[in-house]
Amino acid sequence: MTFLDYAPAPESRSILHLKKSYGLFINGDFVDGHGTPFTTISPADESPIAQIASANAQDVDAAVAAARRAYETTWSRMSGSDRGKYLFRIARLVQERTRELAVAESLDNGKPIKESRDVDVPMVAAWFFYYAGWADKLDYAGLGAGPRPLGVAAQVIPWNFPLMMLAWKIAPALAAGNTVVIKPAETTPLSALIFAEILQQADLPAGVVNIITGAGDTGSALVNHPDVNKVAFTGSTAVGRAIAKSTAGTGKKITLELGGKAANIVFDDAPMDQAIEGIVNGIFFNQGHVCCAGSRLLVQENVHDEVISRLKQRLSTLRMGDPLDKNTDIGAINSRAQLERIRTLSDVGEAEGAKRWSAQCVIPDKGFWFAPTIFTGVSTSHRIAREEIFGPVLSVLTFRTPAEAIAKANNTPYGLSAGIWTDKGSRILAVADKLKAGVVWANTFNRFDPSSPFGGYKESGYGREGGRHGLAAYLQAPSALPMVEPAANPARKRRNSTKGTRK
Amino acid sequence: MTRLAVPKTYKLYIGGAFPRSESGRVYEVVTKRGAFIANAAKGSRKDARDAVRAARAAVSGWAGATGYNRGQVLYRIAELLEGRRVQFVDEIRAGEGVSETVAQQQVDSAIDVWVWYAGWADKYVQVAGNTNPVAGPYFNISTPEPTGVVAVIAPQDSSLLGLVSVLAPVLVSGNTAVVVASETLPLSAISLSEILATSDVPAGVVNVLTGSPAEIAPWLASHADVNALDLAGAEALDWIDLQIAAADTLKRVLPPEPGIPAPSVHRITFFTETKTVWHPKGLI
Amino acid sequence: MTINQISLAPAQRAVQLIGADLTEKSLKLHLEGLPGVDAVGLEARAAALGTRSIKTTSKVWALEKIISLIDLTTLEGADTPGKVRSLAAKAVTPDPADPSTPRVAAVCVYGDMVPYALEALGSAHGAEGIRIAAVATAFPSGRASLAVKLADVEDAVRNGADEIDMVIDRGAFLSGRYGAVFDQIVAVKEACRRDDGSAAHLKVILETGELNTYDNVRRASWLAILAGADFIKTSTGKVSPAATLPVTLLMLQVVNDWYRLTGERIGVKPAGGIRSSKDAIKYLVTVAETAGEEWLQPSLFRFGASSLLNDVLLQRQKITTGHYSGPDYVTID
Repeated sequence: MTFLDYAPAPESRSILHLKKSYGLFINGDFVDGHGTPFTTISPADESPIAQIASANAQDVDAAVAAARRAYETTWSRMSGSDRGKYLFRIARLVQERTRELAVAESLDNGKPIKESRDVDVPMVAAWFFYYAGWADKLDYAGLGAGPRPLGVAAQVIPWNFPLMMLAWKIAPALAAGNTVVIKPAETTPLSALIFAEILQQADLPAGVVNIITGAGDTGSALVNHPDVNKVAFTGSTAVGRAIAKSTAGTGKKITLELGGKAANIVFDDAPMDQAIEGIVNGIFFNQGHVCCAGSRLLVQENVHDEVISRLKQRLSTLRMGDPLDKNTDIGAINSRAQLERIRTLSDVGEAEGAKRWSAQCVIPDKGFWFAPTIFTGVSTSHRIAREEIFGPVLSVLTFRTPAEAIAKANNTPYGLSAGIWTDKGSRILAVADKLKAGVVWANTFNRFDPSSPFGGYKESGYGREGGRHGLAAYLQAPSALPMVEPAANPARKRRNSTKGTRK
Repeated sequence: MTRLAVPKTYKLYIGGAFPRSESGRVYEVVTKRGAFIANAAKGSRKDARDAVRAARAAVSGWAGATGYNRGQVLYRIAELLEGRRVQFVDEIRAGEGVSETVAQQQVDSAIDVWVWYAGWADKYVQVAGNTNPVAGPYFNISTPEPTGVVAVIAPQDSSLLGLVSVLAPVLVSGNTAVVVASETLPLSAISLSEILATSDVPAGVVNVLTGSPAEIAPWLASHADVNALDLAGAEALDWIDLQIAAADTLKRVLPPEPGIPAPSVHRITFFTETKTVWHPKGLI
Repeated sequence: MTINQISLAPAQRAVQLIGADLTEKSLKLHLEGLPGVDAVGLEARAAALGTRSIKTTSKVWALEKIISLIDLTTLEGADTPGKVRSLAAKAVTPDPADPSTPRVAAVCVYGDMVPYALEALGSAHGAEGIRIAAVATAFPSGRASLAVKLADVEDAVRNGADEIDMVIDRGAFLSGRYGAVFDQIVAVKEACRRDDGSAAHLKVILETGELNTYDNVRRASWLAILAGADFIKTSTGKVSPAATLPVTLLMLQVVNDWYRLTGERIGVKPAGGIRSSKDAIKYLVTVAETAGEEWLQPSLFRFGASSLLNDVLLQRQKITTGHYSGPDYVTID
């Protein structure tokens, strides 16, 4: 054993007090579901964790009805400051139970404990804390004085940041005065169900947040339920597209956070050691299960070999293994299905002529694993340069001039995020201006903050989460009047709101 | 003996030029009472395609101009509208069958709305964007940017004011537009195009199609190189189908709005994308 | 066309990298052409390395390794032969209660104290044993003429120092006179030579707290290496901040770059401010994951420290006995 192997430093599972099975959290209580229950497993060793209820259409009805009732009788009538206090309570409870939530998240998702502990769960608390303060300041959300909530929000979230995505969805919705029915992903329901216990501890009024578990059918029934006013979805572009279609004409307000194929652009004058870290963080953070991952490395041709050689050296220090080990850098792939997709696309990459290099990692016998992988010699026409792999696979392309870098970066139907690495300030600003991406990280990557709007251009979805923009996504203008209007406009006509209650 | 008038030929406005429809088709524009006024070009899907191409080509220049510059260029349109108000009054009266006073009021409003929007060009960013106090050593700023090419179905019951109320907010931020004019009241749209063509608005920034919205709109809604869709005047169309078609490339869709949309900064920001830029702050 | 240029001492490494016509200008161009350092990214990386969790067998190994890498230091105006003898005794027997405790790498003293250290270490001193490092060149400020600095070095070497810890002229560096700094290091390197042809090892102290910026630290690191440094060292311990993890990480990156370029390994010595085992372990992790594990040996990595040793001993006792120890159970020197 060398020092670099480090002795195992596993986080203890004893902090968790899991039940054998979990029901649906509807109207403040756990109730049985009417769908076929399923088992959630640990992707690191495929061992079962707990049995999870599945919500069918009847359960979705019940959850939406509970949310509607809570909206009309309690939550929309409560003062903003009281709503805020509930959110502050939730933030504090999350902070208090950080370690437990982190262990649950890593167990169920496969992500390294250092990420769930240092990124995911702290971000959850931060999100509630940030939006708690907004609850009694909605007049400043940008919609004019006295904006109104939308009603019942249907929220469907993915498996890559289970609890963090839950916070991104629930916190602004509640702050704005909406009630929520949320569906965590099928493979990662655990932290949301512990979160339901936190809601009970916070004494949140029944029905304000309902958490229903299940697969795609459950999510579809939820977003298409006629009594929801807002749909917020994070996940694949294919599903987002389907939601955009099925909700067309319903007047539901929609926020979609979908896929990405971000370009991470490294110029020859970049702060090189930090750029290498940024590339690693960009694509290998959370096993690359990140919609805004820097999956396309665009590196200036004159530093290509240098960058690749440094990158390989750096990757060889990454430690893959037990997600609960505090020294693990790369955890397990979330599911067998996702592993298959990563394998398939990687094989395609090789077949199309790109050169594959993987870090030397000991792959555990059980569970779903994929070693950090780099493809060099990738062309813009290769599938691995166009399709979202959603795994620890980096496609490396080159460019010669800033204009070429911008053209290649934008040459995708996606537009979620991008990275720029250069020491030249004016170039950063000019390139950032020209990138069609909702989030641009310059000389950094994969930074998130509750005050910072996040969301994509083009097929990466629409709407923003985080910040004032993320709050506005859960509000409507106070009346049919426009926010601002010319002093004298004889043709003024009241706008018909397409939002509001639809029963 | 009265002088014989010289009637105007109304054509499409695409990429700064005034072509006839590639389909060679025209349709009759008539008065309220059904009297012939003019033949308007009946735009086709290929005209729509050409218009989108022209609009796309114009995006980088128009979006890249400074807000101050766009504001001045747009303000100039109001000046030109003022100068040619008689022509618009005549067209409105002919098409809508309204009194001169009512037609005058419509032109007044259209000019005022245009001026109001023009003034936003160098301000909407300040209202819709902000710096974000992130918890870390990072500079972080969110700014709205134009979304790109916007296809607009203009209000169908208004000659000029309806068109201006949907076109101006799209242009302010730097988007380019493909507008399907009112089918029955298309004349002002083409006259406005003539103003645009002789102004500093670059070719392709505004493209005007006359003809059947029901025929043209589906091609725009499904066009992969269109970023957003304003269905303001699409109430009478199968607009849900248009929204569904738009979902294929996840276009931003503003649903139909009966009547004439009131001026609102929301109409500007709806067709923008918020971009958030992070950069570390390091002293040493 | 001729450009009037100031030639520099033809140090071997610099000549090989930059060219035979080594001048102030060519050196400056090289140093200023190095990639910049993003402070936030560097510090974030250092912080991430600091979160490694070192437990059980790895921790035992790490604590012993730390002891073996320490330059046990006393650099006070109040130093006396007695103080140095005490220090030397501690170096030889860090923990009287546990003879299996490894010895430190070296003792580090002022040049005039070298004879006392030599005497006190006795047979424990030597190439395979405890080494004697002397600070020189008008340490810590370096504000003296070159002649005085060289005399300082020659004196220490003559007294028996195995290693010379010199300071660079920070004033010259900050005013952009890289050539002056370079030539001084080359001259000091020359002064480290002994009559028998061997030479004292040269550690070049950058005093990173005064260089202030990370870009300066990177340039100064390269400059010192090009001029012939065997080690680059962060600080004198007399200026705050002394060693920090980000600065040490940065210097390790330079050393790694030099190794990738030439195959030659340069040592790194963070000095000052590292007082706890926990901090020292972070440095070990940083060394292992940046330059590589082969750097974790006294010829390539040292801690310049005094109080660190006792904290490591306390931790070591905790592991051996299973309960927490106290300051009365380790010796002061």
